[in-house]
Amino acid sequence: MKDAGKLDITTPSDREIAMTRTFDAPRRLVFDAFTRPELIKRWLGVRAGWTMPVCEVDLRVGGTYRYVWRGPKGNDMGMGGVFREIVAPERIVATEKFDESWYPGEAVDTTVFVEKGGRTTVTTTVRYESKEARDGVLRTPMATGVAESYDKLAEVLASA
Amino acid sequence: MELSGYGQANAQRLDATFAALADPTRRAILARLASGAASVTELAEPFAMSQPAISKHLKVLERAGLISRGRDAQRRPRRLEAAPLAEANEWLEAYRRFWEASYAHLDALLEELKAKAPKKRRTKR
Repeated sequence: MKDAGKLDITTPSDREIAMTRTFDAPRRLVFDAFTRPELIKRWLGVRAGWTMPVCEVDLRVGGTYRYVWRGPKGNDMGMGGVFREIVAPERIVATEKFDESWYPGEAVDTTVFVEKGGRTTVTTTVRYESKEARDGVLRTPMATGVAESYDKLAEVLASA
Repeated sequence: MELSGYGQANAQRLDATFAALADPTRRAILARLASGAASVTELAEPFAMSQPAISKHLKVLERAGLISRGRDAQRRPRRLEAAPLAEANEWLEAYRRFWEASYAHLDALLEELKAKAPKKRRTKR
């Protein structure tokens, strides 16, 4: 955890956000951590006071996934989508839509896993339907919640 | 940082900023202006581009509020405006925090999975 890789965030076009991060683990394990509910629950959106009561993944083309996080005040934040492409353990394409639609339409997430020397580089590109939609992400409860809980992150990491 | 207070105007400005930054020539112009104000002629020099083509890029940057024009009527030097860039960066930082926190947990989880996984092929460093 101390040698956590560097997270690169770029905006390859005015409709996209791309994130790249390298993990010190083989691709098969990283792919599992991204696709198996019991593993996803352990890291995705984990922060102080939040739980993930719903985490369902039907990993096949046309299958759906559904995530719900519950905040410290009992507030729920849900999202889900449909898998469009699955090439285990290399690539996943899925739609993404949050319950509270602060941006119009769905986004499409493309996640690519590349292994080199036992390490795995994950690149996730989120493509929104429009520029307006991408910038609407500004008002996400996710971004806000994170800003609020960031101070507590150190504690969470220490007790993890 | 108060992201929830962001209104439509901010979102539109941010949109203009990211659109302006999506072009490599415009990013190069901004990089040049970071080391000081410059006239259109000076800015056109390093690029294999006509002055009107450069002017078009400058117009986009100006509309996004990323550059402004100096008073000198003859040279009309362009100057970098830092505020919109800072705002775009702030937005990316909030996004980054969510993922950095998540990925830090994922690092720990992967260590655990590696320890459990049957040892095979690759030797650890």
